[in-house]
Amino acid sequence: MAGLLDGLPQDTLPLVYLVSGVLFIVGLRKLTHPRTAEQGNLISATGMALAVGVTVLWFEILEPLVLGAALLVGAGIGTWLAVSVETTEMPQLIGVFNGFGGGASALVAGAELVGQVGALGASGLSATATGAAAVTGLIGAVTFCGSLVAAGKLHGIYENPIHYPAENAIKVGVLSVAVSAGLVLVTRIDLVPMGELVAPYWALLAVASVLGVLLVVPIGGADMPVVIALLNAFSGLAAASTGFVLNNSVLIIAGTLVGASGLILTRIMCRSMNRSLVNVLFGGHGGPTATSGAEAD
Amino acid sequence: MAFVENLTLFVLAGFLGYELITKIPATLHTPLISGTNAISGITLIGSVVVAGSGHSTLASVLGFFAVVLATVNVVGGYLVSHQMLRNFGRRRGE
Repeated sequence: MAGLLDGLPQDTLPLVYLVSGVLFIVGLRKLTHPRTAEQGNLISATGMALAVGVTVLWFEILEPLVLGAALLVGAGIGTWLAVSVETTEMPQLIGVFNGFGGGASALVAGAELVGQVGALGASGLSATATGAAAVTGLIGAVTFCGSLVAAGKLHGIYENPIHYPAENAIKVGVLSVAVSAGLVLVTRIDLVPMGELVAPYWALLAVASVLGVLLVVPIGGADMPVVIALLNAFSGLAAASTGFVLNNSVLIIAGTLVGASGLILTRIMCRSMNRSLVNVLFGGHGGPTATSGAEAD
Repeated sequence: MAFVENLTLFVLAGFLGYELITKIPATLHTPLISGTNAISGITLIGSVVVAGSGHSTLASVLGFFAVVLATVNVVGGYLVSHQMLRNFGRRRGE
């Protein structure tokens, strides 16, 4: 707590985060109405600028040049992509951005584990931190790889569903390997030595990345908007569980808002196609199978 | 104790997010995904804290890449949403 805002009381940071959280809520609310949607986006952007700005100024940044460079590179790439994109290509770009968000959450949780082990040793990790990190890694890596595959399908690289033998059994198998890696991380059974690198976490990331690809590859291109909506909710949940790792309120609030609203939106989109989410995700052929969920709003 | 407080925020924000999205016209589905996607870039804050903390070289390197990814998500996400919604407003105005 020795950044540029040194003289301010301790509670300033969480209070600014509270303001940001409120701006996200108001922005999200306005995003759901045609007339106020543009304003809502600006309000939510203000909340983001406030939260990021105060964080940069608040914490003692030991390597300001590195941080500045990273922010500049990211902002440059983001601006360039957003400005140069054709209107018709926007959905896949959203998919790519979404993947990056999930990937960032997974990296942050990993970096925090590595940092804590470096400072306190492996025994210094709390079960809350490792458990939340395992959840972040699983969701974040699935979001990263799944979103990139989904964006590729929307871009028309290979739109057809790709099927492989014993699909659902393989998915369940890979998921259980990932969950086992997470359990090793939390319980610290020495199946895999932790080391300074926190090896089980990166094993978890690798397996979860494979899972992300396996989940999205069998789904047809026409169903990708629903998949992107669901993965968007996932990236929010990944951010929220990163908040549990770092004990950060605004990460939890904003991430959970995105997670919950994204899940509802996914359901609405499925219902408007007259299909269930399970049918979209595991139904395979992309053919419309009538479900009874067609109640009117 | 911190965990219980975090859990409280999580559960309440979950219900709130659920209630916020009630009636939404189909034309706003994609802009809403885009707008909430930009919000999920909030993980940038975590990246900034980890990248700047100087715990270890490896943590800083990972933090660097996390900041780049998250910043692309935030900046690109808000800009694309803005463009989309501007087009949307223009179409409505005609």
